[in-house]
Amino acid sequence: MRHHLILRVVTKLLVGCIILFAFYVQFHGDFSPGGGFQAGVIMAVAFILYGIVFGLRKVQAVFPPWVVHKMVALGVLIYAGTGVVSLFLGYGFLDYGAFAPHHPSHGQHYGILAVEFGVGVTVTGVMVAIYYAFAARPARLSDEEW
Amino acid sequence: MATEAAHHTAMSLAEQLPVLQVLVPFLAAPLIVFVGHRGLAWLVAFVTSAAAFVIAGLMLGQVIGGGVIYYHIGGWAPPLGIEYRVDATNAFVLLLVSGISTIVLPYARQSVASEIPLRHHALFYACYMLCLTGLLGVVVTGDAFNVFVFLEISSLSTYVLVAQGSHRDKRALTAAYDYLIMGTIGATFFVIGLGMLYMATGTLNMADLAARIASQGANRTVIAAFGFIVVGMGLKAALYPLHLWLPNAYTYAPSAVTSFLAATATKVAIYVLMRFMFSVFQPAFLFEGNTLEFLIMPLAVMAMFAASVIAIFQTDLKRLLAYSSIAQIGYMLLGIGMLSQTGLTAAIVHLFNHGITKAALFMGVGALVFRTGGSFFDRVQGMGKTMPWTSGAIVIGGLSLIGVPGTAGFVSKWYLVQGALEKGWWPVAVLIVVSSLLAVIYVWQIIEALYLQAPAKDIPAGEAPATMLIPMWIMALACIYFGLATDITLGAAQAAAQGLLAGSSGMLSH
Repeated sequence: MRHHLILRVVTKLLVGCIILFAFYVQFHGDFSPGGGFQAGVIMAVAFILYGIVFGLRKVQAVFPPWVVHKMVALGVLIYAGTGVVSLFLGYGFLDYGAFAPHHPSHGQHYGILAVEFGVGVTVTGVMVAIYYAFAARPARLSDEEW
Repeated sequence: MATEAAHHTAMSLAEQLPVLQVLVPFLAAPLIVFVGHRGLAWLVAFVTSAAAFVIAGLMLGQVIGGGVIYYHIGGWAPPLGIEYRVDATNAFVLLLVSGISTIVLPYARQSVASEIPLRHHALFYACYMLCLTGLLGVVVTGDAFNVFVFLEISSLSTYVLVAQGSHRDKRALTAAYDYLIMGTIGATFFVIGLGMLYMATGTLNMADLAARIASQGANRTVIAAFGFIVVGMGLKAALYPLHLWLPNAYTYAPSAVTSFLAATATKVAIYVLMRFMFSVFQPAFLFEGNTLEFLIMPLAVMAMFAASVIAIFQTDLKRLLAYSSIAQIGYMLLGIGMLSQTGLTAAIVHLFNHGITKAALFMGVGALVFRTGGSFFDRVQGMGKTMPWTSGAIVIGGLSLIGVPGTAGFVSKWYLVQGALEKGWWPVAVLIVVSSLLAVIYVWQIIEALYLQAPAKDIPAGEAPATMLIPMWIMALACIYFGLATDITLGAAQAAAQGLLAGSSGMLSH
């Protein structure tokens, strides 16, 4: 990809926008279509695009595989942890009413935000982990042989 | 869910037990991955598994008298929300699954260390906890679609666990792949059946389903759904002609995984089968009575004979026990097929008794593999002298497998024969006894190999470590204990059978 100047410049411009859009989809998900799953995929796309254009080594320097694996677990912990907090506040598991006892609909709002954040973290991790798993397989052909 | 502030009384921890049953092992899995420390992984797994066992015990204590615990996830009432529902039947299976897991884990520590490379240990225990979560979730939930979700959690982690055997024998990979294909077909059939039920009734809550099927009667969609669910769960439970994934998966999986799965995974599938046959669908429907009598029962009898005969001709100890498992599943299905209080009690007691028996046997074989490096007869022969404790546990397990009086296996077979005689099916009673004689032959082969033949030359001498022997002997002694003191198992099984035979009205006793 050394010679593809346009691709490299466009990618550098796009990656930031993609990440920004991912955050928008993540945190605006309770008002408009979107949410943790879509945001996680969009966020992962930013890294995958970067990896496709600049190579696996570069993207893994930014986002090392061990961080990816921890993220996969962390998101699930955030999701389940939200439920555990509501449980210790004396409500049922994942009963979001617990987060604003005097105004349950606000509680629902906070709960959904926390849970969707967990989903976003895990989905980002899983998508990037799948990309790493495929991209890290040794190539059968070198680039020059194409 | 009200939008205005409503008065709320705080729930106590005791009221949270049904969700904690699933939540505690579920939280352990990502925690193990997040911490990523090998030594801690085992400790976290063991502590959470023990906690799950205590929770299951507390719940069984609450429901054994015939009570039912309801829990609404997220505060949403059924049929819209997901409901966890614990009665005597599931509490009994929950206790079995969490108990076996808690006893297998101390055993697993050294067995896994010798069979799986160090860098995979943390992920192995995370998968193990996910598998436990899935199995417990399938049993605890009262929502039909939730059963499918938990079933997939347990199945997907099981495929990974089976494939971990590839460091000892590469064939574990094809075994896991076969299991993946067959298991996925089974899950697909199950979910197609659920889809049809949803189409016919518009609900997924088990109690609600039962009520609506009862009121609208059997139509073609409901009958087709029943067929899909029985085939799907039959695949997961290794119902006789659908058993092909089982022998390889059990043979090539790591020893600790085999001990855990053999005692729990197929049992949970049998539980789901019972739950759907008796609680969701009406046993009174003609099509179900016919299915049980003319399909499930003959297949169960065939399993008892065909699988036992195949077991006799095996040269690999683990594979022999795997085929014997298929035969034993036949006994459970036979009990279900009788459609009577005694038959169902026998099936549920056998589910428990076979669980502890097979756990003891597979742990014993795992210890032989640990010392000799293989489970073929020519590797393990003559080990009765060098590994007396391991061989002793295997003999006790073998006696329980045959159903010798004084062991757990006798109790369940006794009830099974009684159930057959009650129905006037005396040829079936004779077949049960004859197939037990086949078990005598293959168990004798194990004893002959262990005690009457000279050991191979290059085998290192020495007994298995204590961390493996103690769990193995807990299971072996449990085989004897539950053969002599039958109050707990029979009491729970009778309460469970009564609840199931009450049909859909048993689901609605709010």
